[in-house]
Amino acid sequence: MSRYLIRRLLITIPSLLGISVALFTILALAPGDPFGELATNPAIPPEVQAALRAKFGLDDPIPIRYLHWLVAMLHGDWGFSFVSRVNVDTLILQRLPTTIAVIGAAQVLALLVALPVGVLAAVRPYSAFDQVVSTFALMGFSLPTFFTGIILILVFSIQLDWLPFVFRADLPGSGLHWWWAEFKQSIMPIVVLGLFLGAAMMRFVRSAVLDVIRLEYVTTARSKGLPERAVILKHIVRNALIPVVTLVALQMPAVFGGAIVTEQIFRVPGIGSLLISAIQSNDTPVIMGVTFVFSCLVILCNLMADLLYGWLDPRITYR
Amino acid sequence: MAGSTPASPTVDAAPVVVRATTRARQVTPWTEAWRRFRRHRLAVAGAVVFVLMILAVAFGPLIWRVQINEIDFTAQLQPPSWAHPLGTDDLGQDLLARMLYGGRISLSVGLAAMVVSIVIGTIIGSIAGMSRGSIDAALMWLTDLFLSLPSVPVLLLLIYLFRESMKHLIGAELGTFVLIVVAIGAFRWMIAARLVRAQFFALREKEFVEAARALGASQIRLMARHILPNALGPVIVAATIDVAAAIITESTLSFLGLGFPPDIPSWGRILFDAKDNLDVAPHWALFAGGAIFLSVLAVSFMGDGLRDALDPRRVI
Amino acid sequence: MNERELRGQIEDVRTGKLSRRAFTRMMLGLGLTAPLATQMLAHSGIAVAAEKPVYKPTKRGGGGPLRVLWWQAPTLLNPHFATGTKDQDASRIFYEPLAAWDPEGNLLPILAAEVPTIENGGLSEEGTSVTWKLKQGVKWHDGQPFTADDCVFNWEYAADPATAATTIGSYKDVKVVKLDDYTIKVEFSKPTPFWADAFVGYFGMIIPKHLFGQYAGAKSREAPANLAPVGTGPYTFVDFKPGDVVHGKNNPNYHMENRPYFDTIEMKGGGDAVSAARAVLQTGEYDFAWNLQVEDEILKRLEASGKGRVLVTMSGNVEHIQLNNTDPWHEVDGERSSIKSKHPYLADPAVREAFNLLVDRASVHKFIYGRTGEDTANYVNAPDKFVSKNTHYEFSVEKATKLLDAAGWKPGADGVREKNGVKLHAVYQSSINAPRQKTQEIVKQACQKAGISIEIKSVTASVFFSSDVANLDTYPHFVADLQMYTTTMGQPDPGVFMRSYLSGEVASKANKFQGRNITRWQSAEFDKLFDQADKELDPVKRAALFIAMNDLVIKNVVVIPVVTRPVVTAAAKNLHAPISGWDNNTYALAEWYREV
Repeated sequence: MSRYLIRRLLITIPSLLGISVALFTILALAPGDPFGELATNPAIPPEVQAALRAKFGLDDPIPIRYLHWLVAMLHGDWGFSFVSRVNVDTLILQRLPTTIAVIGAAQVLALLVALPVGVLAAVRPYSAFDQVVSTFALMGFSLPTFFTGIILILVFSIQLDWLPFVFRADLPGSGLHWWWAEFKQSIMPIVVLGLFLGAAMMRFVRSAVLDVIRLEYVTTARSKGLPERAVILKHIVRNALIPVVTLVALQMPAVFGGAIVTEQIFRVPGIGSLLISAIQSNDTPVIMGVTFVFSCLVILCNLMADLLYGWLDPRITYR
Repeated sequence: MAGSTPASPTVDAAPVVVRATTRARQVTPWTEAWRRFRRHRLAVAGAVVFVLMILAVAFGPLIWRVQINEIDFTAQLQPPSWAHPLGTDDLGQDLLARMLYGGRISLSVGLAAMVVSIVIGTIIGSIAGMSRGSIDAALMWLTDLFLSLPSVPVLLLLIYLFRESMKHLIGAELGTFVLIVVAIGAFRWMIAARLVRAQFFALREKEFVEAARALGASQIRLMARHILPNALGPVIVAATIDVAAAIITESTLSFLGLGFPPDIPSWGRILFDAKDNLDVAPHWALFAGGAIFLSVLAVSFMGDGLRDALDPRRVI
Repeated sequence: MNERELRGQIEDVRTGKLSRRAFTRMMLGLGLTAPLATQMLAHSGIAVAAEKPVYKPTKRGGGGPLRVLWWQAPTLLNPHFATGTKDQDASRIFYEPLAAWDPEGNLLPILAAEVPTIENGGLSEEGTSVTWKLKQGVKWHDGQPFTADDCVFNWEYAADPATAATTIGSYKDVKVVKLDDYTIKVEFSKPTPFWADAFVGYFGMIIPKHLFGQYAGAKSREAPANLAPVGTGPYTFVDFKPGDVVHGKNNPNYHMENRPYFDTIEMKGGGDAVSAARAVLQTGEYDFAWNLQVEDEILKRLEASGKGRVLVTMSGNVEHIQLNNTDPWHEVDGERSSIKSKHPYLADPAVREAFNLLVDRASVHKFIYGRTGEDTANYVNAPDKFVSKNTHYEFSVEKATKLLDAAGWKPGADGVREKNGVKLHAVYQSSINAPRQKTQEIVKQACQKAGISIEIKSVTASVFFSSDVANLDTYPHFVADLQMYTTTMGQPDPGVFMRSYLSGEVASKANKFQGRNITRWQSAEFDKLFDQADKELDPVKRAALFIAMNDLVIKNVVVIPVVTRPVVTAAAKNLHAPISGWDNNTYALAEWYREV
């Protein structure tokens, strides 16, 4: 087990290197630079834009730029944003609390909805409950978040005037009042994102449970006279969780970066919106920094998923 | 024995009954699967709807011969009427014509991208799941690499680098189509791969696999005949989700200017254009959103039916 | 309109037959700018003291919070690093220039004691220097006095290429000398008709020497004050999260009486323009929203909820279509759109004129831009009655058809016109933006009717406007037959902008596509006029030259102007917020208050 862990961790080093090389090359080849807005302004001489490119090393050959980045990174220097001229790690750290709070909550909401609903739907497949729930789930992921978000805003902010739709990371105030305000501003982004994620997840849970529910040992468990509840929780769900764990582990990092649209609609200052604005302005160091964090997260989550498999199914061996 | 599961009242009886009545030794698994699929009412309904949609987008434009880009400022944002059965958008363009045309793009992009991602994912996932050790590690390394690459800038680059050459090779629209399908497919296979691999992990220790192995089945045979069919359940669900995801990704790409030329309406693009007029012209968004939803619904029910029909665990 | 007619109009202003405002709008219609119009009047001896904006509050503070929404979030707060108006606007909360441009093109003194004129000795007769008298008793937020040393420092700081300041263009060709603690002299190397550039408006904000002094040049990025500004402005710094939000609070020692009115200010960034408009106009969550590039129909609907109003302020921005004079599809010496090539069909004046007839500006204005874009024949424009007598526009598919027929362009088998094997097939590119794509569709449809086939292309803005030499999709490469965008013409002087038609400015591989002349149109006549204007110190003569240049560009269909793009913002019903089309949205933040 510990040997397996050490080996897995050692593998991550070439993984991270590979990812960083691939990413850097892609970004270096990609068109555009961060100084586009200067271009349409006739009062700024074009040399300024060119000088900025040169100063930030954008005109150096790609391998050299990569080496610079790697050496700095090994020294713990994440570089600085071309656009805001702030250190990349500062930028990421500023966004972290909100990201974890909002996106994390959405992920939890998704799980809380998807797990019980998926299991119940699978326990009685094609029942009225299953069909209604499945239809909602399908609606959930066939409508893009930009659309559901706007519908919620139109209903709850504009028609009913109950909820604000501009998210403020630094809400003033304290105590109960603050929590209430925080709840009111977070509920829409969390629901939009949570339901979008939960919809897909629910379909997977249902499918995984259906796969397990007809197996022999389930029948055995029932025939032993175990209460239905225990059969479902201990025998079915636990075994059905393997593909679900895979999915959640895979989704986790992607969710942090993929909540871009939701973050944009509600102006949540999360990591995703940092990434997209960096991509739009070709701010290479920030893209590198954020994706590096994502890569670590992906590797970490996958490792955790692999370890969880062993706990869920003791027959799985780590070799 | 086929009738062993219904001991539990929680399992729907219908498929099992089907199984019991249709079991005959000379029937091939595929005929049987087809038979079971036909008994799956929702799946059949899904299939009918889906075929109808394909027929509509394939032949609709031949019957409804309004130009998709005919601008008419006297008919802006009109609700459905006889002249415009689905209403018009803010340039007075006929939405029925645009929906029919856009359906061709959205449906074919959705299906083709799904096929690309599932095929790649299943191949990589099953190889990794069968071969432990270094091959598994290498393939999972590749999977992790793809998972950690931010798809938006990479898609941007792919399309930017190859758009011109594809355009010269096979024309503007087809070139964009192939490029988008490959690009979306290339960034969605990882989930299928991880799912298949996880299923393989669980299945390869199962008794029936042990049995086949003991009988001297080759690795390839084990994989293709024994494990893979059992691992397909979650993959089919992933495939149905992929169809929806590809349709939506295409709309995101159009939005970033990398999709089809902006005057070509795909469903995702129509929905995107409609969002700011939702309060006065709900019909605009309704039909596009409804069409995406309906196709996803149909594909998913078909998936459910397929999944049940293909479930080869008749021994239990 | 020639110099004599111009002088006639100025006489009308003097005698009161023509209002100042009408005169300014007329000059806008002739391709000039409000500041230049004001300069002409001043030069002709008509008093042009800037009117102070109305300000009612009688004490400082007490106005509660002011919450403004910029849908592009500010990313930095050092005005010398600003890459767009969003950064300048945010910096302007804390920093100030010596003088600002008001909506009528007047200079409004801020940190200057008075606006320099020839009469008060501020301007030299030969146009080689400006002397600024600084306001005394102004204090930085940390209590240090603001003096001439700060101004001299800003010049050194910005002009040093190692600082990598985006304001370098305003400072690199001047010399700034301290005359005494409260007087500086800006010296030009040659007579300069447009003198109000350094220390004024967009690029004029002044940072304190005592905090940035040791961080000039290569170390510029390390200054702690880059992220925690200490300025002279109406609000002092509280907190800043790049790409998200800026907070400030009332400056108790502000140098103008009874100002500012609000206790705190919050500038939130991010999101999109439509939802920003909603937050002000529909829900009232915010008091002000910036730069609403939204179809007017949508704005009108949002306005109907009555929580706020849309402010439309005249500026010089024009959405225009450029016609390529060179061949974008064949390489000459390894370069597309090379100046050595000729465009296969756009070289024919009949085809150019046909395109001009096929742009349905009226519909674009009426159905897409509405109040946010007036149709125009001129590069820079104003309401119809002032449209230059020299240029006009018309939309007529018939006329275009006749013109093309007469020029020998005959429809081929597929309905697309051709002549000598050259087909009228045009690639028409623009950046991604909903109104732009709609305009493209409208033009495409009219062209199709006239037998010209159009392929629409849209490029992400960050690529389209980048300076990437290797990328063919950027606008200076112009690998297309037509392209459309807005030059941010909020510039006070038309001189900078007329450069884009100089023969010597042609964008090419040799100058890394940094040449300003994107259309690659060359005209000896234009070059001659420009040279004259560059040296002309009499603003009236200079204006007449600019008008002549503008007419030349329009008559040759070098570009097809589509609509003017005024500054469009939204404000809460009771918010008093003066906006200028010639300066930042926050140029008069100290004057903002709420009617109660």
